[in-house]
Amino acid sequence: MPETPPKVPLRDIFRVFFTIGASSFGGGVTGWMHRIAVGQRGWLTNEKFLAGLALGQVLPGANVTNMAVYIGQQLRGALGAAVALVAVLMGPFFLVIAVATLYDEAIKIPFFHSAMDGIAAAAVGMVLRMGTTGALHGCRKAAPALIALGVFVAIGILQWPLAPVALVAAPLSVALAWPRGSRDA
Amino acid sequence: MRDNPLLGLTVILVPFSLLSIGGGPSIFAPLQREVVDVMQWLTAREFIDLFSIARVAPGPGAMLATLIGWKIAGWAGALVATLALFGPASILTLMVARVYDRYRGRDWHTALEAGLAPVAVGLIFAGAISIIRLSGNSMLTWAAAVGAGAVLTLRPKLHPFVVLFAGAALFVVAEIAGFWPIAAP
Repeated sequence: MPETPPKVPLRDIFRVFFTIGASSFGGGVTGWMHRIAVGQRGWLTNEKFLAGLALGQVLPGANVTNMAVYIGQQLRGALGAAVALVAVLMGPFFLVIAVATLYDEAIKIPFFHSAMDGIAAAAVGMVLRMGTTGALHGCRKAAPALIALGVFVAIGILQWPLAPVALVAAPLSVALAWPRGSRDA
Repeated sequence: MRDNPLLGLTVILVPFSLLSIGGGPSIFAPLQREVVDVMQWLTAREFIDLFSIARVAPGPGAMLATLIGWKIAGWAGALVATLALFGPASILTLMVARVYDRYRGRDWHTALEAGLAPVAVGLIFAGAISIIRLSGNSMLTWAAAVGAGAVLTLRPKLHPFVVLFAGAALFVVAEIAGFWPIAAP
């Protein structure tokens, strides 16, 4: 057996994903996941995280839950994936119902909407940080940089639907990344 | 199906789960059609309110399904809707992640990781733009987002909550000073 790093306890997986889920206000959640799973815990490499993120975005399902399943699977297999999925959804499940119950009262709180807007803006900062890290690692050459730019313009600026863009960009990008002289097809 | 909401929710949401490429936003339109027009479980007004609540509360925007289930069939409805929307997509992601993991080190696997990374980077920045656009596309939002990204880069150990709270505080101050909210474009 090759040397393997110590197993991450299921309890740690639950705690991390519960915290991420319960406090994931205003988008930018995958940015936070990147920060904790890659930066602080060192659970997986930046490359592996980005590959999972791209898979999670191409596959159906919310990015957050797909990333929880992907990271949980990397750490502890199917059980880890199930724990991460339940953990990341548990907080939002109760909180979204609580907010629905309190909504009529909450919108009367002074500055409620402004505070929400500010949280969303700061959460975008986390997304920008993750994108910058990813670009510095994976897009240093011309071809990947052009792919990233093309996807950004098509989805972010032109607002084309995701499925056809991903179906063109992903195979093209993978083909361009194929090692020269490979026979392992 | 209209008489048995739990069965109806399952029949509607399981296929949507497998079609939700890119997460919740890709199924909001067909979901509204089924829930409001076809089944007439909710009025259009109720649907829109639930939609904005799901955006304000933590968790993926697809938690809208949880709220729809809760509204039409209480706690059991919320649970069934959550499982039906997040279950099938998560199982698919788990299966793909397992296959993906088994072939680590092969050329095509390396190409897949290297090739998907720039696609993910493009999607990450597109996601950032779409959140900024939803929150009014103002100079203040941009400045807060870029500022938050810079702070998070310079202070890797800083808890994201601090940055989110600072964002909320900034926008509350902006409202007091009369700079926020800007008129909707």
